[in-house]
Amino acid sequence: MEAAVERHTISLLVDNEAGVLARVIGLFSGRGYNIESLTVAEVDKSQTVSRINLVTSGTPMTIEQIKAQLGRLVPVHKVIDLTTGAPHVERELALVKVAGRGEERVESLRIADIFRARVVDATNESFIFEISGSSDKLMAFIKLMEPLGLVDISRTGVVAISRGMSPL
Amino acid sequence: MDETLSQTGSEILIQALLDQGVDVLFGYPGGAVLPIYDALFQQNELRHILVRHEAGAVHAGEGYARSTGKVGSVLVTSGPGATNIVTGLADALMDSVPLVCLTGQVPTAMIGNDAFQEADTVGITRPCTKHNYLVKNIDDLARIVHEAYYVARSGRPGPVVVDLPKDVLIATGRYVGPANVEHRTYRPSIKAEPERVAPAVDLMARAKRPLFYTGGGIINSGPRACDLLTELVRLSGYPITNTLMGLGGYPASDGQFLGMLGMHGTYEANMAMAECDVMIAVGARFDDRVTGRLSDFSKGSTKIHVDIDPSSINKNVAVDFPIVGDAASVLEDMIALWKEKRVSSKRDGLAEWWRQIDAWRAKDCLSYEQKGEVIKPQYAIQRLYELTKGRDVYFTTEVGQHQMWAAQFLKFETPKHWITSGGLGTMGFGFPAAMGVQVAHPDALVIDVAGEASFLMNMQELSTISQYRLPVKVFIVNNQYMGMVRQWQEFFHGGRYSESYMDSLPDFVKLAESFGVTGLRVERPDEVDDAIRRMIDTDGAVLLDVRVSPEENVFPMIPGGAAHYEMKLGPDGAAMGGREEDGMVLV
Ligand SMILES: Cc1ncc(C[n+]2csc(CCOP(=O)(O)OP(=O)(O)O)c2C)c(N)n1
Ligand SMILES: [Mg+2]
Repeated sequence: MEAAVERHTISLLVDNEAGVLARVIGLFSGRGYNIESLTVAEVDKSQTVSRINLVTSGTPMTIEQIKAQLGRLVPVHKVIDLTTGAPHVERELALVKVAGRGEERVESLRIADIFRARVVDATNESFIFEISGSSDKLMAFIKLMEPLGLVDISRTGVVAISRGMSPL
Repeated sequence: MDETLSQTGSEILIQALLDQGVDVLFGYPGGAVLPIYDALFQQNELRHILVRHEAGAVHAGEGYARSTGKVGSVLVTSGPGATNIVTGLADALMDSVPLVCLTGQVPTAMIGNDAFQEADTVGITRPCTKHNYLVKNIDDLARIVHEAYYVARSGRPGPVVVDLPKDVLIATGRYVGPANVEHRTYRPSIKAEPERVAPAVDLMARAKRPLFYTGGGIINSGPRACDLLTELVRLSGYPITNTLMGLGGYPASDGQFLGMLGMHGTYEANMAMAECDVMIAVGARFDDRVTGRLSDFSKGSTKIHVDIDPSSINKNVAVDFPIVGDAASVLEDMIALWKEKRVSSKRDGLAEWWRQIDAWRAKDCLSYEQKGEVIKPQYAIQRLYELTKGRDVYFTTEVGQHQMWAAQFLKFETPKHWITSGGLGTMGFGFPAAMGVQVAHPDALVIDVAGEASFLMNMQELSTISQYRLPVKVFIVNNQYMGMVRQWQEFFHGGRYSESYMDSLPDFVKLAESFGVTGLRVERPDEVDDAIRRMIDTDGAVLLDVRVSPEENVFPMIPGGAAHYEMKLGPDGAAMGGREEDGMVLV
């Protein structure tokens, strides 16, 4: 009996040094794990620490392996599985370019308003919307834009943080 | 302070190595590392052994490390020098061998420009090292070298590469000592949580059909772990089996030892594994060569697994009692709890279990018949064991049938005397490794049990052992085949011996002699003992070409993808259950 595949959001604190991202990505490709989304940026300049958020999927045994393997990397300080831990918030940002005229153009603006997407660039024939929220919300928005002249999407991938007052 | 400021990168490097206790480097020069060779020339504390191929350097470093427990040190140049050590790095990573490999690199300003002898060493070696570094600034050099040794030896040991651009070696800077150099965050856990150990010991005490299953982790943890393991096994009266990497972790002559388990393990060890109710795994990693078909692996047992590396636990086999910690530390805790409990080793169920084990043992699964005019490989290796028993002897091996016979017929009472490429199975490992062992133990008897095909892969090191007068003995079990390949072709590929015959072999005696090494040959069973004695008694290096029967197979064998109870015991033993397809898929 195969165990069910789960989706997990994992946050890492890592030394912000050359090659650290390659180590993380190399681990996933080398061992055949999935990466669905990955974000990375420095979060503590004085300590040169970066935070990597990644979304992966696998059976519970695979997820445990992924965490143990990540923990084994020398520049990785901390590995936290936000999905199994305390409640957390996940957000993603997307820039969505829609080109069109007339009624479709108006409709896209109306939907953007419902989704609280902002217009960050406009020409007579196009808009760029900025939208943030859960990945599901982004997907829903993008789907609605498709028939209205969707031409380009750029997404950040998931960033996540635990609720409450304690740090990672 | 002025003086420390005026040191060059190469001088800083050598100072750091000395402060890390390094006494020997195995290396090979080239343009990018000339400044280091220049600095080496001007000092005489650090010894350098000039190998004949960088592959030899890294395996020699492994031999040194595996036989001493200290970090092995290797120095090679950029580009081809660095790529030539990749196999050895992968080998050391698989078998958790502490190594620091210093690689030359083109000057920082030229990195990325496809400069002469440039290779992305850090990129190439990332997946086959525990960690690696590119030193971009002279101010980081000493710290990184100290850190590299710390990372290589601590926790689950492994190989570390330090890539050294030539400009950094020439620049001047300040030396910092090793005191307090610990990695910022890398802290492997040593002591297990007590609440994890106690229930495991409770379970052990209630076991009816227990089995200890221990691996290279015991050896790596150190002699204390081996002593503690022996103490706990004897206190409990339980049987124990070792993996290929774990041999020597428990005295092989002891009655509680069932021999090696796995694909070519003993019948009693594998059957005990299949039938046990409590498995106590320590420093072993449930490798596919040990488990056979996973779905049938020791199905009825409750499993305790002690390992210093959390990623080894629940990787292939789900266990019930995971314990993360150093083997010695956890065994010590287990012994204390065991003594508190006053568990009797004379419990009823246990005697029953031993009766069963003795019945399995009675099969005498390693038996073979030496008859006729041709030497059986098993006989040659068994005689080698008998005639070297009691000496200060280290064995290395190449990879193939001879390696498995060596694991079956050589018996180890103490750790670190059995040096073999387990995880990667690297042909060409044993001879340079023996060289490294001999450098670390100049007065010991060091023997490479070799296959003729494997030996050809790094035989250039004959020149090295000749130069340094290293009295390594090469014991070639010459079956004129890539025997292990031939065996698999016989079993799984309809006897089509595709490219496994070793045509055009050299005259090994003449070959040895051309390097100034004594060459001997033996072809008759009744001359084997004399030949081995001559090999041992001859001063200096000896190559002994033992001509053995070409088509012998290694038994017992659990074909890849089969279960432990589907073991094939001998040429006329039970069929293997027609698992040919599965066997073909597995390596
Ligand atoms: C570098 C490398 N290449 C290929 C193999 C695959 N392989 C495993 S055993 C073997 C044959 C070894 O022949 P030999 O050294 O003569 O040993 P024998 O099995 O005959 O004892 C081969 C080719 C390997 N293990 N390592
Ligand atoms: Mg052979």
